[in-house]
Amino acid sequence: MCALCGVIGGNDHWTDPVARDGVYVRGGSPSDRRRERTRRISEANQILRLFALTLDDWQGSAYVLRTLTGKTEIIDNLAALWPMAERIAGRPIDPLDSSILERLEQADG
Amino acid sequence: MGEVPRARDVAETPAFTPVNLITGFLGSGKTTLLKRLLQSPSLADTAVLINEFGEVGLDHELLERIDENMVLLQSGCLCCTIRGELAQSIRDLHERRARGDVPAFRRLIIESTGLADPLPILTTITADPVLRHHFRLGLVVTTVDAVNGRSQLDVQPESVKQAAVADRLIVTKTDLATATATGLLVARLQRLNPLAPLTLSSDDMIEPGSLFGHDLFDVDRKSDEVQRWFESERKALAASTQRHLNAGDHHHDHGHHKHDPNRHGDDIEAMALTFDQPIDWIAFGLWLSMLLNRHGEQILRVKGILAIEGEPAPVAVHAVQHLVHAPVHLKTWPNADRRTRIVFICKGLNADDIRRSFAAFVLKSGGGTKSIAVIAETAGHVSDP
Repeated sequence: MCALCGVIGGNDHWTDPVARDGVYVRGGSPSDRRRERTRRISEANQILRLFALTLDDWQGSAYVLRTLTGKTEIIDNLAALWPMAERIAGRPIDPLDSSILERLEQADG
Repeated sequence: MGEVPRARDVAETPAFTPVNLITGFLGSGKTTLLKRLLQSPSLADTAVLINEFGEVGLDHELLERIDENMVLLQSGCLCCTIRGELAQSIRDLHERRARGDVPAFRRLIIESTGLADPLPILTTITADPVLRHHFRLGLVVTTVDAVNGRSQLDVQPESVKQAAVADRLIVTKTDLATATATGLLVARLQRLNPLAPLTLSSDDMIEPGSLFGHDLFDVDRKSDEVQRWFESERKALAASTQRHLNAGDHHHDHGHHKHDPNRHGDDIEAMALTFDQPIDWIAFGLWLSMLLNRHGEQILRVKGILAIEGEPAPVAVHAVQHLVHAPVHLKTWPNADRRTRIVFICKGLNADDIRRSFAAFVLKSGGGTKSIAVIAETAGHVSDP
C-alpha cells in the first residue's frame, strides 16, 4: 500500500523484485533478499542521517522512518521513502542541494 | 481492416499486455496515423482506446471511448495521479477479454487528447492495483505537425512535454509544409528529445512493429532498442555540434556548451553522463528515486544503460518524470562500449549539478573513477537555429 495515498498494492518501488520476464531482479534466494534489504537500509541511512532521520526494518515487511525527536512513520516500501522523509523532516530532501553535496564531498575527502 | 480472430483462447493473451500511447498536440494527426497503422495485419489483435472521436473516422473492431476523470488522491503523491475513467475502461476491456466477450487482444493502444499530459496516463497503468498485474507500458509515440509544430512548441508547454517523453517521434503533414520548415522542426525535436527515433509521416515505410513493438520487453529486440536510444542521441549531438561549428560557436570547454543568451528556448536540455566503472545498484536506486521525487517535474526523461557491480550484463533503466519503468536485464551489451551511460532530458536543471550529485551519492569514495564526462551537455538548450 502506498503510505501516502492509501492505494493498496499500487506502488511498489521500481527496484523491488517483479515477477516478469526480463525485469532485473536482485536477490534470488531468501537470504540474498535479506542481505539486499539490509544493504538498502544501510545505504538509505547514510543519506537520511544528513537530515536527522533513520530508517529501520520492520519485520522484513515494512520500514520504520524516525526523526531524532521520535516522530515515527511506517512505510511499506521505498517508493514512499523520500516523500515521507520530506514530510516528517519538514524540509525538502534535495540531492542537488549544494550544501548537502559539499558535506558529502568533504566527508569523501 | 484486417480480420480479427474472435474468441481466441485466453491462454494466448500475453501475461502482461503492452500498452502503447499515441499522443500529440491538437490537430497533429494522431487519429490519421492510427487509422493508417490499424490497417496493418500486424495490429489486427490490438484494442484501441480513444478520448474523443474526431473528424477522422476510425473503423476498428476493438475501439472504445474513454472519458477523462483525473483522480489525484487526497494527500497523494504524484505517482498516484491516475485517470479513473481510463483505469476503468482498461479494466472493463480486460474482464471482457477474460470472459471471451471481446477478441483476445494482445496489445492496447491509447490515443490521448491533444492537451493531455502523458504522465497520468502512464502512471495509471503502473499504479492501478489491478492493471499493473496484467498490463505493462509499451512505447510512447508522439505526433508533431510540420506546419504548426514549432509554434506549438513555443507557446504550448503540453506539446513540449509530449515530444520530450516520446519513444518515437512522427512528424506529420510534411506534404503541407516547406522543406525548410520541416527541417527546422526536425532539428528542434532532435535536440529536445535526442533519444527518440524520428520519422516523417510521409514515409510509407512506417512499420507498426517499429512504432509499437520493439520495446525493452521485446525479448529479441531489447538490445536493439537500447542501441537505438544512444544512436539517436549520438546523431543529434553530431548535428548539434555541426550547427555550432557552422555558426562559429565552437568554444567548447570539455564539452561544455556555450549558450547564446539571445536565443529563445524551451529551457530543455538533454545531457549524457558516462562512467567508466560499474556502479552500485542500491546507491543508484536511492539516488535516482530521491532525484525524481524532488525534481521529477523537471526531468522529463531518463534513459540509461548501466554497468552494475557484480553483473556481467547491463541493465537498462528508463523513466518519465516520477515514473520509473521496471529495469530490464539485457542479455548482452548492445555494442563494444561497456560504460554506464545515462541520458537526462531536463527542464531548468543544470547538468553539472546532476553530475556532481551523482558523484557524491552514487560513486562516493572508491566507488568509481569519478571520471564523469558530461558529454557536451549534448543538445544544449532547445531553440530554433
